[in-house]
Amino acid sequence: MGGIVAYGAYVPYHRLERSAIGATLGSGGGQGTRAVASYDEDTTSMGVEAARIALADLSGGAGVERLYFATASPAYLDKTNAAAIHAALGLSPEAAAFDMGGAVRSGVGAFWAGAEARVPTVVVLSDIRVGLPGGSDERDGGDGAAAFLFDGDGDVPVLAEVVGEAVRSAEFIDRWRLPGDAVSRVWEERFGETVYLPLARGAFADALERAGLGPKDVDHLVVTGVHPRAVRSAAALTGVPAEAVVDDLTSVIGNTGTAHPGLVLADVLDRAGAGELIALLVLADGASVVLLRTTEALVSRRAARSVADQIAAGRPGLSYATFLSWRGFLPRQPPRRPDPRGPSAPAAYRSLHWKLAFTGSRCRTCAMVYLPPRRACASCGTIDEMDPAPLADVTGTVATFTIDELAYTPSPPLVGAVVDFDGGGRLRCQLTDVDPDELRVGDRVEMTFRRIVTAEGIHNYFWKARPRRHA
Amino acid sequence: MIMSRGICDRVAIVGMGCTRFGERWDQSLDDMLVDAAKEAVASAGVTLDAVEAFWLGTQISGISGLTLSRPLGIHDRPVTRVENMCATGSEAIRNACYAVAAGAYDVAMAIGGEKLKDSGIAGLPPAFVSDDGTGPDLSAPANFSLLCPAYSEKYGLDGAQLKEVLTRLAWKNHYNGARNERAQFRREVSKEVIARSPRVAGNLGIFDCSGVADGAAAAIIVRAEDAHRYTDRPLYVKGLSFVAGPAAGSADPEYDFTSFPEVVASARDAYEQAGVTDPRAEIAMAEVHDCFTPTELVLMEDLGFSERGRAWKDVLDGVFDLEGELPVNPDGGLKAFGHPVGATGLRMMFEAWLQLRGEAPPERTIKSVASGRKLAVTHNLGGVPGQCVSFLSVVGVEPNA
Repeated sequence: MGGIVAYGAYVPYHRLERSAIGATLGSGGGQGTRAVASYDEDTTSMGVEAARIALADLSGGAGVERLYFATASPAYLDKTNAAAIHAALGLSPEAAAFDMGGAVRSGVGAFWAGAEARVPTVVVLSDIRVGLPGGSDERDGGDGAAAFLFDGDGDVPVLAEVVGEAVRSAEFIDRWRLPGDAVSRVWEERFGETVYLPLARGAFADALERAGLGPKDVDHLVVTGVHPRAVRSAAALTGVPAEAVVDDLTSVIGNTGTAHPGLVLADVLDRAGAGELIALLVLADGASVVLLRTTEALVSRRAARSVADQIAAGRPGLSYATFLSWRGFLPRQPPRRPDPRGPSAPAAYRSLHWKLAFTGSRCRTCAMVYLPPRRACASCGTIDEMDPAPLADVTGTVATFTIDELAYTPSPPLVGAVVDFDGGGRLRCQLTDVDPDELRVGDRVEMTFRRIVTAEGIHNYFWKARPRRHA
Repeated sequence: MIMSRGICDRVAIVGMGCTRFGERWDQSLDDMLVDAAKEAVASAGVTLDAVEAFWLGTQISGISGLTLSRPLGIHDRPVTRVENMCATGSEAIRNACYAVAAGAYDVAMAIGGEKLKDSGIAGLPPAFVSDDGTGPDLSAPANFSLLCPAYSEKYGLDGAQLKEVLTRLAWKNHYNGARNERAQFRREVSKEVIARSPRVAGNLGIFDCSGVADGAAAAIIVRAEDAHRYTDRPLYVKGLSFVAGPAAGSADPEYDFTSFPEVVASARDAYEQAGVTDPRAEIAMAEVHDCFTPTELVLMEDLGFSERGRAWKDVLDGVFDLEGELPVNPDGGLKAFGHPVGATGLRMMFEAWLQLRGEAPPERTIKSVASGRKLAVTHNLGGVPGQCVSFLSVVGVEPNA
């Protein structure tokens, strides 16, 4: 049977202290923090970051033949968001890319579909959870992404085998959002709890029974879902010992919705030993259970960047006003400059490998690297003697930089830098997730896939540099 | 290495005109082009009918030769519209000079104009080209502010020292502009006000930036042998160079943001054409492209006026002041005269025209001409550090021996 052969999660850099909500509004808020997608991130860009971490140690896209992307907060409708992730990862044009969008439950559904696929399949789960100011969704939500590569017969060893599954589906009104609305609505929570708990109990018992296991065999129980009260109660109903119930990270990053089962699972995989049983129980319009058994390979092939490290590297202290403006609830006066323009569709299509996959060109004659790619070498004068130079995973150094108070950016000021890449190549680009006052010439940076701006109804995706905070 | 033959002493400027620069709410581009052209032909003692061909420089205020032929009522003659970013005005001069030197025309006009203040935005209006959206989109001041940390680090200045140097450059150009009735900004500004002005980008404040302005300027260019038919004091063109770089500095980590290689190349070429071997000692004055204060600082070294790493000291020592050894931007420069893009190169030439011919007002007259120097340099730059175009001219009041 197949299973997970690689995984990775992405936790955005910024943290909102929940107490900041009450401090501004006079009520609401609470304890702990939530992870916040920056102004230049969306579910697609965070999905790219998670998938990059998952595929970091596998060359050439690891022969991926299918990509499923699930989110309840898609950057585009009608248009496939998985296509941008597919392009950013440089996957083969022959690999399929599909969205499973709209509902939080799509996350576990995509995971399930990946686990059952007969070809190497990447599953990307991503979400940005939005609530009205002062409400519980704003407070308890979080932003993040997770990605899993499933395979069974390839050269890459399985890290966690799928050993059981069960599901209950149910139609009832608990949490919903009309298309076009910014925020969701919820029914009175005691009703939902009453419906969810029997579904959870039934699905969990089925999965264990089919696998020939009992609740005490579970080493790590992950329970997530759209109904916090039901999630808390369900863990106790499973019969799994309390010490095996995993911290669901909501106190530090919030509930990342579609991404959350994947994010918490990634955190468990970051530290689980070999031969351990992980149970995943997801409450969303029913109950879904996946049982996974870790292997010896996990210990030596964990994610390139752990969830715990990303949580530790997060930056607290995001002002509530900034948070509101990033989520569109506090529009700010733009500079007295022309409105930004969207990219040209044909121009973006022609430069897909550059724009989405950050591939420049390297001169075969003199090894000079060009970002963006050029056909004529300015150094040695040869023409059309270039090879592709993929640089998304190459680190660089800040040669010089500036803080631009005049240029348009959704979150001023724009921080610009000239970045010199290790092994050749220079780019003038934007920096993100950076404190301008701490920036210095010589700082080490890495590239991150971002939504530069949304203009003329088009999301302009490209890469920015960010300070390197992980080894 | 550039190898241009040059056209030293083949053509001469015999008439010039320049409007007042600034927020010309009262004037359209047509008005300003008419005013500049009218003053230029009057200065050459001819009528418009005598001009056989026209080169119009404007970056974004109009397209095609019709932008000039319609307001001026020009019949049956060529008008070529040229554009080369902020060096657009100089490109008009260069092409008109070559046309006369080639023998195609005896009398040509180079004219440049720009209408920026109708846009309603702050800073220079961008020239939009449809693209893939991967440009860094830094503003012009941000791009030029990249020079600052690089220069400081290379030559061991701390942030405060560099700020003092930049402030002095802005102070000097405002001092000069205050003595120029055509300038956009006609008041001296204290160093304290300059240093504390609101930040625009990096360590550049508002007062480190050139003025966004409307304006126009024009020159009449004739064959050198005909020059004295028009004026007793023609301005002979000694050297013209234009370099469009391969944007190497944006791709090559070797480029360190303390120089404009394109400027160095164009200066070498123009000096060679003009027979200039020691610019610091031979040049009476220079109009240089002080779009932002660090640009002027770096240009002093690129143009050979200061040794590498020494320009900041020369600036503080007053070498380039109005009363200094080699006055730079005696008319106030882009900083105080204002920067209507297409007109700027011609405005630079206008100051050389006035100073070398002794026509600058007494309060702005440089001393280097009286002490025997006879050459002026105009330097015009387009683009940003790492990828730019550079124009250099050398002009003088006497033919070379």
